Amino acid sequence: MDTEGVDISNVQARFVNSGDRALVVEFGDVVDRALNDRVLALDAHLKSAAIPGVVETVPTFRSLMVHYDPLRTGAADLTRTIEGLLGSVGALDRQPRTWRFPVCYEGECAPDLEDVAKRTGLTPDRVVALHNAATYHVYMIGFLPGFPYMGDIAEELRLPRRENPRVRVPRGSVAIAMNQTAIYALESPGGWHLIGTTPVRLFDLTRDDPALLAAGDKVVFDPVDAKTFAEMRAAADAGKLDIRPEAKGAAS
Amino acid sequence: MSAALKVLQPGLCTTVQDMGRVGYQALGVPVAGALDPVALRLANALVGNAETAAGLEILMQGPTFEVEADGVRVALAGTESSIEILGEEPRRVSPWRSVTLSRGQKFRVGVLQGPATAILAIAGGFAVESCMGSLSTYVRGAMGGFHGRPLRAGDALPLKCDAAPDGGDGQLVRAPDLGGDDPIRVVLGPQADYFTDAAIRAFLAGPYTVSREADRMGMRLDGPALEHRETYNIVSDGIANGAIQVPGSRQPILLLADRQTTGGYPKIATVISADLPKVGRRRPGDRIRFAAVSVAEAEAAARAAEADIAKFIAGIQPATDAGLLDLASLYDGNLISGVVSGTDG
Repeated sequence: MDTEGVDISNVQARFVNSGDRALVVEFGDVVDRALNDRVLALDAHLKSAAIPGVVETVPTFRSLMVHYDPLRTGAADLTRTIEGLLGSVGALDRQPRTWRFPVCYEGECAPDLEDVAKRTGLTPDRVVALHNAATYHVYMIGFLPGFPYMGDIAEELRLPRRENPRVRVPRGSVAIAMNQTAIYALESPGGWHLIGTTPVRLFDLTRDDPALLAAGDKVVFDPVDAKTFAEMRAAADAGKLDIRPEAKGAAS
Repeated sequence: MSAALKVLQPGLCTTVQDMGRVGYQALGVPVAGALDPVALRLANALVGNAETAAGLEILMQGPTFEVEADGVRVALAGTESSIEILGEEPRRVSPWRSVTLSRGQKFRVGVLQGPATAILAIAGGFAVESCMGSLSTYVRGAMGGFHGRPLRAGDALPLKCDAAPDGGDGQLVRAPDLGGDDPIRVVLGPQADYFTDAAIRAFLAGPYTVSREADRMGMRLDGPALEHRETYNIVSDGIANGAIQVPGSRQPILLLADRQTTGGYPKIATVISADLPKVGRRRPGDRIRFAAVSVAEAEAAARAAEADIAKFIAGIQPATDAGLLDLASLYDGNLISGVVSGTDG
């Protein structure tokens, strides 16, 4: 492992190799907004720098994975190049997009709501109120196509993952675990607590851009009742639920 | 009628794969792609396709097809198995060469001999829609390839060409070395510091055995337990192809083509790109030993592997009948003793 410290506005960057096709630029080892902003700023900077041999980049909570072609560049050259760029990476200048997603927190849409209320000592209404009061930051997309890790949820809602993960979590499930909330963009196994469901298809191959969300976006949840949810889901299934981000980061 | 390969038997898991769906990992989309990209590139070259075109990846047990086109040129690579042309005059066609078949002919790839995977390339490729820039099938996401899934009996896999292209069949000068049980080279990290020194030593001493829990996403390995220094949870980060993660079970999981893009377990090491095809060829029960190299050595190995592939492709020559075995006469002459392989055929 090659490790080297670089100062980027008081955040040390550490370079770590994962084989000969991926270089990890790591800013820390905790979930932290400031660290994540550094990651996203570096990601944007690398994209505009279009470094030869860089195949794609994957921003995560606290590090950026740079996938590269070892026949066109190498870890040593790439590390030097990125080190050289770190000094000129400023704050993220992109105006974040804000998405408003309808969420039904009732009945079958919220299979773990009672359990979460019990474990947190809150009423179900209070759980819902806390969950939809915040504007969330999308730290990263991972685990599944289009699966957003968003935070931070209110302290009172924080629970470890379920002891027994579900084999099948329905698409659209809105879930919480630790300090994060997420949406299962596709049906999959999963161990988070399911407290709501959105009719919005976060990942849909029939669209030109299959994934709605990207790291750095903002998300707000709007509660809807079961009837409205059913109507919206029918519209979504017919490809007629048109969800667009607000142009500016207005919802705060 | 449009050109197709009719699927009479699908095999265990036969999927359309190319070099992978690159560029969408930031959206959580796995790369997928052929487990043995060397076999894919050589098979494509043998039928005159672009090296990076999509082919059919076969796992363990091959499919049986009927040709529904005036002509089709195919080549099998990455295996010791042959293509068996069925019918009144059955023939066996060695791997590492192409062969041209005509309408109505049936052919199959049986139980794979040697590696767990093989590639069947078809001249002109498949008339299926590209998904996010790739034809690779990602089964868990029902994405790419033929309806996002492995082939099934009764499918008609649409082909782009109704006739074999001009020019004859080709063959490699010799069968490439498929790596047998060579040690698999790794670069330690990105989270080697999450493991005790004893765990690193145990990992490199091995050996590990590929368990039955092995698929395109990855393989669980059985062998020496690997002790974490403190925790087996990390803040989720990116996962490279060939990364070896160690969850709380302390047994390693080697992640492959269909791996998720990010994950929360520490990764003790990452297989170097030159050895990834060798890993893709291992099957349950096979042994794996790991050997640590530096990143610079891994990059040199990548260049050497690339030069090897280029040499094989440049050396493709017209195929001779030596690779076509007349099964009937072989049976008659009692020559078959289960050792018929293309390379010495």
